[in-house]
Amino acid sequence: MIYWELFKAFFKIGLFAIGGGYATLPLIENECVNVHNWLTLAEFNDLITISQMTPGPIAINSASFVGTVLAGPFGAFVATIACILPACIILSILAYFYFKYRDLHYIRYILNGLRPMVLSLIAVAGIRILSSALLGQSDILAGGKINYVHLVAFCLSFLLLRKYKKDPIIVIFFSGVVGAVAYLFSSYV
Amino acid sequence: MTDPQENNRASAQEELASIGQKSFAKLFSSCFFLSAFTFGGGYVIVPLMKQKFVQEMGWIDEDEMLALIAIAQTAPGPVAVNSSLMLGFEVLGWRGALTAIAGTVLPPFLLLMGISYFYHYLIASPLISAILAAMQAGVAAVIADVCFNMGMQFWHKQAYESLGIVLFAFVATFFLNFPIPLLIPLCALIGAGLGYYKERRRS
Repeated sequence: MIYWELFKAFFKIGLFAIGGGYATLPLIENECVNVHNWLTLAEFNDLITISQMTPGPIAINSASFVGTVLAGPFGAFVATIACILPACIILSILAYFYFKYRDLHYIRYILNGLRPMVLSLIAVAGIRILSSALLGQSDILAGGKINYVHLVAFCLSFLLLRKYKKDPIIVIFFSGVVGAVAYLFSSYV
Repeated sequence: MTDPQENNRASAQEELASIGQKSFAKLFSSCFFLSAFTFGGGYVIVPLMKQKFVQEMGWIDEDEMLALIAIAQTAPGPVAVNSSLMLGFEVLGWRGALTAIAGTVLPPFLLLMGISYFYHYLIASPLISAILAAMQAGVAAVIADVCFNMGMQFWHKQAYESLGIVLFAFVATFFLNFPIPLLIPLCALIGAGLGYYKERRRS
C-alpha cells in the first residue's frame, strides 16, 4: 500500500535527519530516487530548487511534494506526519526531562555551554545564505561576480532592522520587492 | 521558606503575562507566519522566532529561548519543527507544542502540495526567481541583526567565556565543517566544565 510505503520512507528520513537542512538531502535522495523510484533524478533536482525557493524545512517540503505526486493530498499528509513524528517522540522525552530538571546546577551549566553555540550556528547559516544571495552558487574565493541588487537589498534591510527597528517579515518582503523592481527595470528599460 | 529562584521565575512570568497574553490562536498564527517566511529552512527560523516571541510578544526571555533551541538541536528532524515544539511546550504545555507544530508545518505543507501541480511554471519564471532570490538578502540581514544583538548581549553581560564558545563553535562549523551532532555534546561538556571550575573556585 502506497500510504504505508510513504510513511515508512519518510519516518526513516525524519529519524536520521540529524543536523537538519542539507544533511537530509542524501537521505531523501536515497529513499525517493534509489530505493523506491518515486522520483527521477531530474525531478529530485527540481525538488531541491523548489525547496530553496519556498519556505520551510526541506524534509517537510519533500514529504509534501512526493506525497502529493504519488497519492494526492492524503499522501502528502501521511508523508509529512511520518517525517516529523520521530522528532516529536524523541523531543517530547527530552522536553519532559528538561522541564523537570532545568533548575539543577549542572543542567544550567550545560545550557551555558550550548547557548553560545546556537549563536554560532545561526551565524553560519546567515553567512551561507548571504553568500548564496550575493554570489549565487559561485565561491567567494574563486572570485565570483557579486550580485549588486542583492547587496543593496541586504544593506537596506539591515538598515531598516537596526536603525528603524522594522518587523523582520516586513523587511524580508521589502527585500523581495527590491528584487522584483530590479528585475522589471532591467528587462523593460 | 520559598525558593528565591522559584519566586523570581513566578514574578518574571507575571511580568511576561502583562506584556502579551498567551493564547493558542496567537501561538498558532505567529508560528504560521514565521514559518511562511523562513525561506531555505534550517536556522533561519530561529532569529525570527526570537524576534517575535522574545522582543515583540515578551512570552519568554532570551536565555530560555536559546536553551530551548539548544535542546531542540539534540533531536533529529527539522530545526523549525523541533524549536516550535519546545517553544509551544514552554508557553502553553503539550497542547501548545501541538499548536506550534501545526502552525510551523502547515505553510510548507500546503504550499508544496499546491506547487507540486504546477512547479514547472514556477521554476521557469524569472520574475518569481528574482523575487525569491532577493528575499534571501533580506533573510541574511535579519540573521545578521539578530547575531549582532546576541553577541552584544554576551559582551554587555561580560560573559567572555560565552564569547569564547561562540568563536570556537563558529570556527568548528564554518571552517572545519565539524558535524553538529558532535558539536552539541562538546559544547555541553565545555559548559559543564566551566561551571564546575567556577564552583570550585568560589568555594
